[in-house]
Amino acid sequence: MDGREITADAVIIGAGPVGLFCVFELGLLDIKAHLIDILDKPGGQCAELYPEKPIYDIPGLPVVTGQELTDRLLEQAKPFAPEFHLQQRVETLAPQDDGSFLLVTDIGTRFHAKIVIIAAGGGSFTPKRPPLAGIEAYEATSVFYAVRRIEDFRGRNIVVAGGGDSALDWVLNLQPVANSIKLVHRREKFRAAPDSVNKVMALADAGKINFTLGQVMELHGSGGILEAATIRDNDGVSSRHECDTLLPFFGLTMKLGPVADWGLNLHEDLIPVDTEKFQTSQPGIFAVGDINTYPGKLKLILSGFHEAALMAQEAHRIVYPDKKLTFQYTTSSSSLQKKLGVK
Amino acid sequence: MPKITYIEHNGTEHVVEADAGMTVMETAVKNQIPGIEAECGGACSCATCHVYVEEAWKEATGEPEEMEEDMLDFAFDVRPTSRLSCQIKITGALDGLVVRVPEKQF
Ligand SMILES: Cc1cc2nc3c(=O)[nH]c(=O)nc-3n(C[C@H](O)[C@H](O)[C@H](O)COP(=O)(O)OP(=O)(O)OC[C@H]3O[C@@H](n4cnc5c(N)ncnc54)[C@H](O)[C@@H]3O)c2cc1C
Ligand code: FES
Repeated sequence: MDGREITADAVIIGAGPVGLFCVFELGLLDIKAHLIDILDKPGGQCAELYPEKPIYDIPGLPVVTGQELTDRLLEQAKPFAPEFHLQQRVETLAPQDDGSFLLVTDIGTRFHAKIVIIAAGGGSFTPKRPPLAGIEAYEATSVFYAVRRIEDFRGRNIVVAGGGDSALDWVLNLQPVANSIKLVHRREKFRAAPDSVNKVMALADAGKINFTLGQVMELHGSGGILEAATIRDNDGVSSRHECDTLLPFFGLTMKLGPVADWGLNLHEDLIPVDTEKFQTSQPGIFAVGDINTYPGKLKLILSGFHEAALMAQEAHRIVYPDKKLTFQYTTSSSSLQKKLGVK
Repeated sequence: MPKITYIEHNGTEHVVEADAGMTVMETAVKNQIPGIEAECGGACSCATCHVYVEEAWKEATGEPEEMEEDMLDFAFDVRPTSRLSCQIKITGALDGLVVRVPEKQF
C-alpha cells in the first residue's frame, strides 16, 4: 500500500477529455486540480478506445483524432500544472465533518479535497473477461487479467491468450520464471510493437515458448484450480492442453465500478445533476461528462466541456467563499492571460 | 428492399427488410435481433456485433479490412466466416444475405 496523503483544492476522478478540460476551467479560477485515472495515460475513451479515429464535432476543430484531441487538451491544461495519479482506481469517497472529502485509491493513496469532480465517463476501464464457461471460479487463483508480481508466476504452466502489446509483454517478462508458456492467438499478425513480436518469435523458434494459432475455447479444473484448457486451432481441431494459469488479454471495457458505492443518487448507473452547477446530491461533489444525466443530456464531448465551465463557477464559491467572482474573457483579461502564461 | 436473414444461435430465424446503405449491424439493432450488442455504435471498436456470414455469401460480402481484422481479435469463437456486422454495408447485391449470430459476444 502506498499510503501517501495528498491535500488538494480539487480532485478530478477520471482523466478523460472532460476531466482534462475541468483542469483548464478550474485553473482559470485559481483552483489547482489533481486527476486520478485507472488507465496508464490521460484521455479516457478517446485515448483508449479510438486514438486514431477522427472526431468531427469538436467546435472549431473540423477533424481531430482521439489522441490529437487528448494531446491538445493536455497542452491547454499545462499552465495549470495538473498532477496526474495514473493506474489508480478511486475506491472510496466520503464527506468529512469539516466539509471536505476523503478519497482513497486501490493502492492506498489518500486525498483530502475541498471539492470533488466526478468525470468518470462510462466508468473505470476494466479488462474484458472472455465468455468462457465458469471462468469466474478461476479468477484470482488461476486466471489473471494483470500481473502484479512476476515472482507469483514462478514455476507455473501458463497460457497467454491475445495478440496485443500486453499479451506479448507478459510472455517476454514471465518466460524467465515460468515453467512453460503457450501463447495462443488467432492469427500470425499481432497488434504490437514490432520489437516485441520479433523477440517473442525468437523465443518460439528457440523452443523456449510455444506459439499456437488458435483460440481458447474451454477451461477444465475444479475448486478454482485450473488443470487444462481446450484450444481450437485454425483448422478447427480442438485439443486439451495441461496448464495451471491463464492470462487473457482482450482489451478493456468500461464498468461503472466503485462510483455506485459512494452514497450518491444514481439513475440507471448515471449521476443526476442540476444544470446550473452540475452538482450531485452531495454539495461539493460535481459530476460532468458521460457519467452524469439531466433532462436533454447528450453524451458528447462538447456537452462535457460546457458542463466543466459552469461547474467551475460553483467550485470557486466553495473553495474561495470570501472572494467575488467577476466574469472575464480570456481574450481581453490580463489577469487570465497571466495565469495562462501569455506573454 | 434487400432482405436479410439473421439466424440466432438457437436456430430462430428473423427475416427483415433492410434499407440499402445501412449496415448489417444497424439493421439488426433496428429490428431488435437478439445477440447483436453493438456497444460502440458501429465505430469498429468493440467487436460486439460479431456474426458469421453464410458460406454462400462470403464472396459477396468481401474480406474484412485491416481495422476490422484487428478488432476481430477481440471477438469470441472467431471462424473463417467471421465478420463485424457494422462493417458490412447493405447493397442490392446482398439481397437474401444470411448471417448467423454467435452464441456469445465478448
Ligand atoms: C468509438 C467512439 C467514438 C466516439 N465518437 C465521438 C464523437 O465523434 N464526438 C463526441 O462528442 N463523442 C464521441 N464519443 C464519445 C466520447 O468519447 C465521450 O463522450 C467522452 O469520452 C466522455 O468523456 P469523459 O471525460 O466524460 O469520460 P471518459 O472518456 O469515459 O473518461 C472517463 C475516465 O474515468 C476513469 N475512471 C472512471 N471511474 C474511475 C475510478 N473509480 N477511478 C479511477 N478512474 C476512473 C476511466 O478509466 C476513464 O479513463 C465516442 C466514443 C466512442 C467509444
Ligand atoms: S458495433 Fe462495435 S465493432 Fe461493430
